[in-house]
Amino acid sequence: MNLNGKKIILHDMCLRDGMHAKRHQISLKEMVSLATALDEAGVPLIEITHGDGLGGASVNYGFPAHTDEEYLSTVIPLMKQAKISALLLPGIGTVDHLRMAHELGVSTIRVAAQCTEADVTEQHISLSRELGLDTVGFLMMAHMLEPEALLKQAKLMESYGANCIYCTDSAGYMLQDDVYNRIKALRDGLKPETQIGFHGHHNLALGVANSLSAVDAGAERIDGSAAGLGAGAGNTPLEIFNAVCIRMGVETGVDIFKLMAAAEEIVVPMMEQPIRVDRDSLVLGYAGVYSSFLLHAKRAAKKYGVRSEDILMELGRMKTVGGQEDMIEDVAINLRNSQG
Amino acid sequence: MENNKINVALIGSGNIGTDLMIKALRSEKINPVWMVGIDADSDGLQKAKNAGLKTTHSGVDGLLPHIEADNIQIAFDATTAYVHSKNNEKLQKMGVKVIDLTPAAIGPFCIPPVNLEQLVNTNEANVNMVTCGGQATIPIVAAISKIQSVEYGEIVATIASKSAGPGTRKNIDEFTRTTARAIEKIGGAKKGKAIIVMNPAEPPLMMRDTVHCLTAEEPDQQAITASILDMIDEVKKYVPGYTLKNGPVFDGNRVSVFLEVAGLGDYLPKYAGNLDIMTAAALRTGEMIAEQLANTNSNTGDQ
Repeated sequence: MNLNGKKIILHDMCLRDGMHAKRHQISLKEMVSLATALDEAGVPLIEITHGDGLGGASVNYGFPAHTDEEYLSTVIPLMKQAKISALLLPGIGTVDHLRMAHELGVSTIRVAAQCTEADVTEQHISLSRELGLDTVGFLMMAHMLEPEALLKQAKLMESYGANCIYCTDSAGYMLQDDVYNRIKALRDGLKPETQIGFHGHHNLALGVANSLSAVDAGAERIDGSAAGLGAGAGNTPLEIFNAVCIRMGVETGVDIFKLMAAAEEIVVPMMEQPIRVDRDSLVLGYAGVYSSFLLHAKRAAKKYGVRSEDILMELGRMKTVGGQEDMIEDVAINLRNSQG
Repeated sequence: MENNKINVALIGSGNIGTDLMIKALRSEKINPVWMVGIDADSDGLQKAKNAGLKTTHSGVDGLLPHIEADNIQIAFDATTAYVHSKNNEKLQKMGVKVIDLTPAAIGPFCIPPVNLEQLVNTNEANVNMVTCGGQATIPIVAAISKIQSVEYGEIVATIASKSAGPGTRKNIDEFTRTTARAIEKIGGAKKGKAIIVMNPAEPPLMMRDTVHCLTAEEPDQQAITASILDMIDEVKKYVPGYTLKNGPVFDGNRVSVFLEVAGLGDYLPKYAGNLDIMTAAALRTGEMIAEQLANTNSNTGDQ
């Protein structure tokens, strides 16, 4: 694989996807210390919101330690070079949240939808574009669509005004060819000026390899998180990916040692549990289950005396998608009842 | 009692309007006379024609000249929030009672087992049917808040992708906003939150609805459970496929109820319980209003 001379944008997920791994309890102090370290390391884009995006605060997904407003308004003024992005899932958050994030100085809005349902994003993408924001269409659970079908959904988002489209491996299920073929289809089928991005989860330990395949196929934005802090087995570990990129001659603009320091000295001590491929997160990747279900399933398993991997396998069999966290307790109760 | 039926018009020939027509044709209280669409080739208009209804594809303006002659007294509007506000004005000028199935919410919210009787008594000119998710969940929020104070009510509605029409998709924010407001106003929760998820699985999944309430004080498990079970029986009267799957689960001050809504399979297959709960609630509302109109008419000798 020759990636020499390519230039990509690294986008850190610790303070959004990492919220899942921290039960949405990241403190303002932790936010500030990590965001400033990432800024200092030259990471150009940092995502900050509830794990389930703007307006995600709920019984279903978890109440955060602070509101989106508090997190954004605390961090944004401190950034020297990094821009801040916010995630928004239509059906959970609304354009009211989008306007709030814009007023607080967010540069990028990422409008996320289950990859088959891109037409729910029109209101939000078009408003984001109208406000002059960097506007990303974020196609989740992208393993569920073949490349050509994924392209069709991406074109909808592009037509609403998205200037960047993501292929999002929410379940950490994709293999390298799956990523390459999807990114290639997007790159060949979308307008040349539309950027392509890839968001990986490390559930099969393929975060770095898959991200390289994405770059090879034409992706210009890659998501990851320092020390992998994210849902499931975490996101693509950003300090590792950055080091690999530099070895391969890919330009990221991110300081290799400063990013390593942020991962080692700030993120790892923040972790409530090691972020690694354990049995449950491996099940996510193996069965194609939404990564954010992990901790909810572990909690339900404990409460109802059933096995978390059984809950996750059942959620996979039911073909659940992102947002259906309510089904975790429902499945756990059914499993307990069937055990008699 | 054919001659006591009140004549009605159905506006909007999409999934909801067409399903409602099929149910209205079975009604003993109302008589669907007109189906209004904007697309001459729509499946809904075709079905209406075949069922013997008068049809127009010129929107509500195609209906207005016939309202008096056909004695249309109630109109169901299943268009979109934006179109509804215009339709409503025109219909009200002509004295037609309007049942709004869009998220426009110009009139008061109507969740039949909670407040339909009250709305019929106050003789509202326009009532709003909230949303499919609202119809499926707000009865439960109300059943809990009837027992004790609910600080926060949250609902998660998951529907099959195939059952979500283009109007719902284009205006998804209206779903979350309108439902959240109705959780507060009709459900009685101090703060409401609504979440909608579309699932593309094949075969399509039945509509699922989860209600999470946080009570102010420790929940009275026995009283709340009884109240919820009573309410489910009430909803079952007009949506037979409304089923408690699990719960109520009590966890500290959290009360969670897991529901499934199977439809009758009138227009869309049974998985589209979201369609049925909306049209069945609207039909029940229309029938109650029709009954009152019929009484008024016979009292004043206006037959």
